[in-house]
Amino acid sequence: MKGSRTGGDGGFRLFVGAFAVLVLAVVAAIGIELARESTLSIQKFGFGFWLTDVWDPVSGEFGARPFIWGTLYSSVLALLIAAPISLGIATYISELCPPALRQPLIFLTELLAAIPSIVYGLWGLFVLVPLVRQLEASMPAALRQLPLFSGPPIGLGMFSAALILAVMVVPFISSLAREVLKAVPRTQREGAYALGATQWEAIRVALTYGRTGIIGAIMLGFGRALGETMAVTMVIGNNPTISWSLFAPQYTMAAVIANEFTEAADELHLHALIEIGLVLFVITLFVNALSRLLIWSMNRQAVSRPATKIEPAKIGSAA
Amino acid sequence: MSRTWRRRATSHIAVGLCACSVLVAVIPLAAILFFVVSQGIQALNWDFFTKTPVPVGETGGGMSNAIIGSLMLSGLGALMAVPIGIFSGIYMSEYAGSRLASAVRFAADTLNGVPSIVIGVFAYGIVVLPFKQFSMIAGGVALGTMMIPIIARNTEELLKLVPHTLREGALALGATRGRAIMTVVLPAALPGIITGVVLALARIAGETAPLLFTSFNNRFWNVDPTQPTASLTVQIFTYATSPYEDWHRQAWAGALVLVSIVLICSILARVATRRLEKMSIGG
Repeated sequence: MKGSRTGGDGGFRLFVGAFAVLVLAVVAAIGIELARESTLSIQKFGFGFWLTDVWDPVSGEFGARPFIWGTLYSSVLALLIAAPISLGIATYISELCPPALRQPLIFLTELLAAIPSIVYGLWGLFVLVPLVRQLEASMPAALRQLPLFSGPPIGLGMFSAALILAVMVVPFISSLAREVLKAVPRTQREGAYALGATQWEAIRVALTYGRTGIIGAIMLGFGRALGETMAVTMVIGNNPTISWSLFAPQYTMAAVIANEFTEAADELHLHALIEIGLVLFVITLFVNALSRLLIWSMNRQAVSRPATKIEPAKIGSAA
Repeated sequence: MSRTWRRRATSHIAVGLCACSVLVAVIPLAAILFFVVSQGIQALNWDFFTKTPVPVGETGGGMSNAIIGSLMLSGLGALMAVPIGIFSGIYMSEYAGSRLASAVRFAADTLNGVPSIVIGVFAYGIVVLPFKQFSMIAGGVALGTMMIPIIARNTEELLKLVPHTLREGALALGATRGRAIMTVVLPAALPGIITGVVLALARIAGETAPLLFTSFNNRFWNVDPTQPTASLTVQIFTYATSPYEDWHRQAWAGALVLVSIVLICSILARVATRRLEKMSIGG
């Protein structure tokens, strides 16, 4: 394709290439800007910022450990709920359901992803939280003694946040897991059936084959849950403490930024909040990159190792 | 015999559980839609679309300024993201083998996974701080940043669906690569690309976190891009977390309007995509 015309081609390539570079630049700019705007807090507190528990803007003490805890705890809880459900959905849609139901079901799960976070928050605050409060109140006193269920029944707290988060990440995990299952060669299942496997045993073979990609899908859901802001802010109770209790009001990194950013009185407070944003950015970057890598390697594996080599022709010729 | 029976039973139970998990996911969806519609409709009236918010304590008023604000913010976002998204999408698809293309693809996926609140902090840093003012532009930049990866990846995918024969035909007629792409390949994929933009708009219109400290909020009408602006989502947040009964009502009404906009856009885009898949591009 080289010739007299390549001059014009080069110009076009340069033009669209410039826009492509811009996308790279935006990601880099986010990291640089966040680092630049959080220098005060980084210099003043150093790594201790992440190891101390006191968050007191009035006296200028900032320790971010409760937020890290809240973010990780809520996301892990959400995944514990969402991962099995998402895998069930993915399996049902791709392996089990009648073809006529497939598109409508995919559409329904996509609707879950289309509902804005703020609407989840509104529903969580006015519908889910009162339900959780009732559940907490009706819990037998013996169970309430356990650290997992301690605290007054207010409804706002870790459990409500985890429930909402779980609903929000289900569509992401299930649609990716569906893609992964689609990439599993048919021969895997056929082989299992040929050996006399039941339907579930054949599905287990497919799930095992795609485990790398499925872990990737769950990681991606984890990344989503870590950064989710509005719905969590509205139901988690916004109290910077570290507690195992499901019913204790806690706080997350994203929520504290959302709540305190416009009210930050001095620069140190603002920089501390931006530093939290910076770390959230780095964590989600890492989690997302890892999950893409897993899904990508799964797809490559599926492509490079296509249908296992069963060759009936040979059997025929031998006979 | 009993072992076979046990394996069959396990299989039936597991398959049943898979079906149940679908139900478990559909229940919250139904519950959310039910509450948004039933609560929202009670508070929805003509005033909601024509009036601005009233001071605390008075009842009535509406969200006209917030609705306009949301539309303008999404528009500004699209203004920024559509050119960047489409051209970088063209680069990724037409120069797919290059190292830059893989890097940009990775960057776009990364950007897609960055939490929206972090994008808000970024827009605060590059627009609000230098101008020392919350503004509609800052909100637009935040939303635009979020739209870029969605449009870029969608454009890339759609361009890849355009048959190679179209490109080759144009090149055989003596067109430059650029001309072939802009006059033959891009138009073939355009309906799908536009659908992608609509989907991106639907997603962006529902964003709250990136607007909290960029476009901020405003009780009054505003169409000046350099001023703080109300948006439907931030208004819902403010109202929902307030202690006033009447404001809660309005928050539900706002949610109904928002969900309607988002769902109508998604459904239209989905229908259009189905139709496109059936007729043109694939062929």
